[in-house]
Amino acid sequence: MGDGAFAETRGQVRAALRPYLAVLASRVRAQRAYRTSFRADLVGAAVVGLTEMAEVVVLFSAANGTLGGLDLAQALLVLGLAELAFSSADMMFGHVDNLAQQVRAGTVDILYLRPQPLLAQLVTSDISLRRLGRSAVAVVVLVGALVVNDVDWGPRTVVLLALSLVCGFAIFCANYVGAGGLQFFLLNAQEVTNAFVYGGRHASTQPATVWLRGITVIFGFVFPMAFCAYLPAMLLLGEPGAPWLPAWLGWFAPVAAAWSWAFGLFAWCSGVRHYQGGGG
Amino acid sequence: MTRTETARPAAAGSVEVRDLTREFRVRNGLTVRRLTAVDHMTWSIAPGEAVGYIGANGAGKSTTIKMLAGILVPSTGEVTTCGLRPVKDRRRLARRIGVVFGQRSQLWWDLPVRESFGILAAIHSLSRGQERARTDELVETLDMGDYLGTPVRQLSLGQRMRAEVAAALLHRPELLILDEPTIGLDVLSKQRLREFLVRERAEHGTTLLLTTHDMGDVERLCDRVLVVDHGRLAYDGTLDGLGRTVGAERVLIVDLAEPHGDLEVPGARHLRSEGGGLRQQLAFDPAATTAARVLAAVSERVEVLDLTIAEPDVEDVVRRIYERAATSTS
Repeated sequence: MGDGAFAETRGQVRAALRPYLAVLASRVRAQRAYRTSFRADLVGAAVVGLTEMAEVVVLFSAANGTLGGLDLAQALLVLGLAELAFSSADMMFGHVDNLAQQVRAGTVDILYLRPQPLLAQLVTSDISLRRLGRSAVAVVVLVGALVVNDVDWGPRTVVLLALSLVCGFAIFCANYVGAGGLQFFLLNAQEVTNAFVYGGRHASTQPATVWLRGITVIFGFVFPMAFCAYLPAMLLLGEPGAPWLPAWLGWFAPVAAAWSWAFGLFAWCSGVRHYQGGGG
Repeated sequence: MTRTETARPAAAGSVEVRDLTREFRVRNGLTVRRLTAVDHMTWSIAPGEAVGYIGANGAGKSTTIKMLAGILVPSTGEVTTCGLRPVKDRRRLARRIGVVFGQRSQLWWDLPVRESFGILAAIHSLSRGQERARTDELVETLDMGDYLGTPVRQLSLGQRMRAEVAAALLHRPELLILDEPTIGLDVLSKQRLREFLVRERAEHGTTLLLTTHDMGDVERLCDRVLVVDHGRLAYDGTLDGLGRTVGAERVLIVDLAEPHGDLEVPGARHLRSEGGGLRQQLAFDPAATTAARVLAAVSERVEVLDLTIAEPDVEDVVRRIYERAATSTS
């Protein structure tokens, strides 16, 4: 009976996922159909990732090798964690940030005519495989940083790494969802949402010790970018962290992710209500 | 969940609109203006009816349709579509209605038509068997076999519109809503689409709600007409009645082999002559006679080289309805 129930649940899950997988599979096929341009896109995304890395290297060499209490190798660990989480989120959720264009083109109305939740449809309406180029650079940076730095390998480290990547991914995704929700209100003001989506990405790659008080509050707690990479990295390295952001807070990354999603979903639901005109 | 094709609930495809109002706030610089797109409308559509919903641009047609489909929340009043509350039950309703917005595609522009149908079948949880049977049926009746493998972006407008209608009908909805389905189509494409819709309705009893600027659509497809003007219901009744109340005439324009004096034909009214009588315009009431009968009568008298038929303009009909309403209340 247990097996039967399991098989039944599995069947239901598969049936529930079928609409989304059908769309995603078609997006993957469409991107692979133009091989040359897809390869060029992959390379282009990788170059963006390399530029991000070069920026950190240049910054640290200009600052005589240390900035905010971190040396270059430690900073690259922060960068690797942040970039891997961000590029994955960008691949799967990045197009949610284009909601304003979709509202103007009327494609959002089409989603209302399908029997799935709107947000789930929007997220699975596309997938930007070219971002894998940037993810690949992030993986190389992360692995390199883990080798170069003095990391104490054990179950704790593995758990921390996994926790950091999963929560960082969730936080970046939540930012995209929030940005999408706000764009229902701010049809011509994508720059406003870019400030925390891409500003947040940039903040997540920095040592939080260099932040001013106000920035610490915004990117430490309101948009908890410090939890994506900086705090977990400090735990991995056995470093103390920053004022207001001690390293042990890194264990609370799931709380930060939950908060981000609460904020993102609130913005999304308000946006949908505004679009339908139900909220006044 | 089991779905049976024959036994449909009593509310299948019905629409009920009671005291429906929708206001928009339009921001113009610092001032905010209130605009009433739909203004206290009450009407209903019975299962299986075919209704033309006509009115000038900005009369509130699209706003109404969006409220019927659960895209917009009414400001006040009530909507019930297929017995459901559109906003609250949007996802359940989506399985029971099909909508075509003439200007917005629900197909994937970079995929072949066949693949778009496959994805929509997955979206509506059709089994492989249901999908194949329904796709085959639609491909045959809409004559889409030639371009099933063509990417949507390469289709002509007529081909794309047929594919859009098929996409909206794939899950066998009880109610089909078409927003300007024939806009921009050539005469032949229009004709094909209308023939298909007549057949589809005869076979499946689908309720049809259609907005259009083309009186030809209404004449060939609809039993009943709703005319909206400034968000208000200005007329609700049969097309014949509409023709009688406002005298919506069609005009037969004939080019003659030789000049002729003003033609006098029973059932038609001479409007004017051009080129010394080489081209003449005859107006007739489509409810009283047919274009063929008028043409036959003309041909008895003179030799006809060429002809065109001008349909009454929806804007014109609406304007007359509104004038009539204004004079009857004053």
